[in-house]
Amino acid sequence: MTSSDSFAPITPGAADSKAASAAAVRAVTEGDYKYGFVTEMGEDRAPKGLNEDIVRFISARKDEPEWMLDWRLKAYRRWLGMGDRDPKWARIHHPPIDFQDIYYYSAPKSKDDGPKSLDEIDPELLATYDKLGIPLRERELLAGVAVDAVFDSVSVATTYKAKLAELGIIFCSMSEAVREHPDLVRKYLGSVVPAADNFYACLNSAVFSDGSFVYIPKGVRCPMELSTYFRINAAQTGQFERTLIIAEPGAYVSYLEGCTAPMRDENQLHAAVVELIALEDAEIKYSTVQNWYPGDKDGKGGIYNFVTKRGACRGPRAKISWTQVETGSAITWKYPSVLLEAEGSVGEFYSVAVTNNMQQADTGTKMIHLAPNTRSTIISKGISAGRSQNTYRGLVRVAPKAANARNYTQCDSLLIGDACGGHTTPYIEVRNRTARVEHEATASKISDDQLFYCRARGLGTEDAVSLIVNGFCREVMQKLPMEFAVEAQKLLGVSLEGSVG
Amino acid sequence: MPNILEIRNLHATVQGKEILKGVDLVLPAGEVHALMGPNGSGKSTLSYVLAGREGYEVTEGEILYQGRDLTQLDADARARAGLFLAFQYPVEIPGVANSVFLKAAVNAGRKARGEQELDAMDFLRKAKALLKTLDIDEKFLNRPVNVGFSGGEKKRNEIFHMAMLEPTLAVLDETDSGLDIDALKIVADGVNSLRTPGRAMLVITHYQRLLDHIVPDRIHVLADGRIVRSGGRELALELEQKGYTGLTGEQSAA
Repeated sequence: MTSSDSFAPITPGAADSKAASAAAVRAVTEGDYKYGFVTEMGEDRAPKGLNEDIVRFISARKDEPEWMLDWRLKAYRRWLGMGDRDPKWARIHHPPIDFQDIYYYSAPKSKDDGPKSLDEIDPELLATYDKLGIPLRERELLAGVAVDAVFDSVSVATTYKAKLAELGIIFCSMSEAVREHPDLVRKYLGSVVPAADNFYACLNSAVFSDGSFVYIPKGVRCPMELSTYFRINAAQTGQFERTLIIAEPGAYVSYLEGCTAPMRDENQLHAAVVELIALEDAEIKYSTVQNWYPGDKDGKGGIYNFVTKRGACRGPRAKISWTQVETGSAITWKYPSVLLEAEGSVGEFYSVAVTNNMQQADTGTKMIHLAPNTRSTIISKGISAGRSQNTYRGLVRVAPKAANARNYTQCDSLLIGDACGGHTTPYIEVRNRTARVEHEATASKISDDQLFYCRARGLGTEDAVSLIVNGFCREVMQKLPMEFAVEAQKLLGVSLEGSVG
Repeated sequence: MPNILEIRNLHATVQGKEILKGVDLVLPAGEVHALMGPNGSGKSTLSYVLAGREGYEVTEGEILYQGRDLTQLDADARARAGLFLAFQYPVEIPGVANSVFLKAAVNAGRKARGEQELDAMDFLRKAKALLKTLDIDEKFLNRPVNVGFSGGEKKRNEIFHMAMLEPTLAVLDETDSGLDIDALKIVADGVNSLRTPGRAMLVITHYQRLLDHIVPDRIHVLADGRIVRSGGRELALELEQKGYTGLTGEQSAA
């Protein structure tokens, strides 16, 4: 009942548009994508395509225990059984994906089996991170941010590890967690997003390469933002991260992920799974700034971002909060959700989704109220420009046991120009009469009056659009950690360059 | 005194319809001129033409701003070059704090002039000092631009913007604000306190009541797209006695 496929059926027209979809999928950006450099490095790669041997190859490369391999293989067989049943209900169109035409494992070559410290990391790789502005080096200047950097398929470096370890906090790559903390991984992996939850989550379960693992012990408040930067570098490579965050009773953590990818002609698949577990009185704040390459001006390339993110409030008064700023990807398909399993738990979703040119986004959340006195808040800001399509899709479900559940949803759409689409598709299922569910929606356009007013004060058109859009998104931007709010603001401006002629 | 603004035989159309039919007007530095005229005479059109609003097309004549052809500049470039338009109906921008908006505007101008941009501290210092001078509540800085502002507050905010941007030429479109005596007083006080030898101001109004509070150096009367009379303060008195009909021979609208 909590699967990503549980949205109600979508318009029957979705299936017969395959012919037109080849053209529709071409994502274009007018503004230059400034993260689109490629790093020349040796790579260690699995052969193209997917079969059981590839799954075994990945597992072997990571030196995984038998149980992990079994888990992957099981997922792989389930995925095979799904055939071509990738989700078709979303308002997105793309040609069928050839899953045999993708590399499932690619790692930067290293002198050793793996870098043990920053000193051992390829200088070119470090330079790449510099270009991205990632605070990878441990410098006092950067105090407050610990970074786990995932480059293609492996986790390269984790800063501040030692400092965090003193508090009993574990912040490491998923591969390392599988080796070093098998009990925790076995207990929680797939407990929120089961292996066969949906087509892409199932694929991820079979071939996930790396990702971050976070464990905050009982009563510990993580003293710094934990951060991961994901970057796809190798060509024709899928990226399948797996992130697992566990907050024990009374723990608190704020986690941020950022994403970029180089400009390439072909579409690249990104199918991640993120699972959050918050126990009694614990709080997890998860923020995303997603800037995957959206495709070039001629409509080529761009990332297919098909991601499953879900958190479970497993103890009373637990709280999970998702904040996302989505500006990249040719296609975005993601619904960060919260299962409110325990009394008094709280779920939040704050989202800004920007689409320009030919980008397509179908994104939203699911708030599943399963216990009494649970509360959820959804604030979604969709901005569409160019010929893009931007859909909010959200589910609020109140189970019979969830007495006095409350939800407040606000969905605002801002349209720039008249060739784009903004859509709001809320699903509300209430099975307890004491519940209170509110939904508000608005749609507006940037008016000529607003633009002229800004310009009459000296702001160029693009600065004016950026300012107006940032104002529109303010409630959500305020939820981002300070360090990243500025970056996110700039990103909004960059993403909308050329949207007003 | 050099002329800040010289308008010669200006013709302009809006949606293909000619509204300005040969306007001539010279505004020297340090002076405040009033532009008056009956409704529909083209006063607001002139303000938009000067500010460079899209859809307001110059078909003939010229506008020289500090000796340069103003029509060569886009609206935002004009503003950065020191032209300011105080809006008759200031526009709301939800979610954008006045301070954020103004800082961006001030720095856009500074950047264009090759000056160093103000950082947050310098900006706040300057803004707070001006707010005090203009007797405006500091809360203005954190409120979203014009959202939920009363009519009077919006006028105050325009004057505050003008003070922060330190324009060389300020055009104040107050066509209808004469209806509200408080708003009128705010504008008048702002204009009076921001008079400097290097700055020129054009105050557009329908009602001569505004001129009880601002003493303009010259008054121009616009009727049917042309300046029909220009004169000193005495013109306002004549206008008061005879009305627009008496001055222009046309029917004045209420």
